[in-house]
Amino acid sequence: MNQHTVIPSADAGHAIRPWQRDIHACFTAAGITHVPFVPDAGHKGLIKLCAADPSITTTVLTTEEEGVALATGLWLGGRRSVMLMQSSGVGNCVNLFSLLENCRAPFVMLVTMRGEFAEFNPWQIPMGKRTGAVLELMDFDVYRADEIDAIGDTVRGAIDHAFFSRRAVAVLLAQRLIGRKDWSK
Amino acid sequence: MTIERRRAVADLLAERGDLLLVAGLGSPVYDVYAAGDHDLNFYNWGAMGSAAMIGLGLAMAQPHRPVVVVTGDGEMLMGIGAFATIAQHRPPNLSIVVLDNGQYAETGMQPTATSFGVDLAAVATACGLPDVITLHANDDVAALRARIHARSGTVIATLKIAPGDQPHTIPLRDGVEIAGRFMRQAAIAP
Repeated sequence: MNQHTVIPSADAGHAIRPWQRDIHACFTAAGITHVPFVPDAGHKGLIKLCAADPSITTTVLTTEEEGVALATGLWLGGRRSVMLMQSSGVGNCVNLFSLLENCRAPFVMLVTMRGEFAEFNPWQIPMGKRTGAVLELMDFDVYRADEIDAIGDTVRGAIDHAFFSRRAVAVLLAQRLIGRKDWSK
Repeated sequence: MTIERRRAVADLLAERGDLLLVAGLGSPVYDVYAAGDHDLNFYNWGAMGSAAMIGLGLAMAQPHRPVVVVTGDGEMLMGIGAFATIAQHRPPNLSIVVLDNGQYAETGMQPTATSFGVDLAAVATACGLPDVITLHANDDVAALRARIHARSGTVIATLKIAPGDQPHTIPLRDGVEIAGRFMRQAAIAP
């Protein structure tokens, strides 16, 4: 699919998208058994897939900070997790990232982007514009996924990178993948 | 009546067996170390507000071992939403022990919100964690220790400790080493 294509709003957040199935397959292949999240419409289908998977448990967090700590505890105990969140949550986490850096704890977050494309809500823009820079500043390896066909491979690589080399990795899922938010309803 | 914190933590950690421990930053780290260094102590020197959630992760990953979080009221207040999150899972092997003196001891004894009336046990209950206890005497610690090892429900214990600072007994600070020895001792591949 052309990256400039806008997915019709009727699809936004409702169906399980093929690329979300790709991500879920990555979780299964990489032994991800826990998925904490702060919800985003862009993760809705993936959250459904994880919740329905008997080999994956999920946690809805009150703040993304908790997910950083939860992932560290799971890793110390021998379990692998991936956190789902939106870009605004990256700012919430900054001091918590010191836990990962100090312990060299492997960590993966899949971040749906807001504030970068056809954004209706200007309050999303300050954090959206700086999400990648904040993560780089906090020593993350940052991958971007703009093409639907490459998402599975990118997520697979991010998980391997994190757990093989004990790195903190973020995958930024472009707002264009999700499509315009329909503000008429 | 209040509790003498060093004695309480030492009693809590007596004959600990395979107990996995997360210590929240500041005085609880010093208290835990003063009771005797142990490879299964995860000294959390920073990331304020994270101790309880690290404990949740450990408890979910190691369901057959008891997990205890020992932290302070200031640290718990910063991550107070963790009660709501932990209540989703309520791992039976997780206990959270809050050493509550109503003060930020590390930074000069400023009052915390608990000294203005916040009842952490009531917050935990309201979040859906019914197994809460508040301790006022050192003699009560032995029963708490037994509950931690029983692994029969998520326990939230608030220990009303005497105000004042303690000698700063300083354990290992390198996070890679703290995590590494923890996982080696627990036989977990990093």
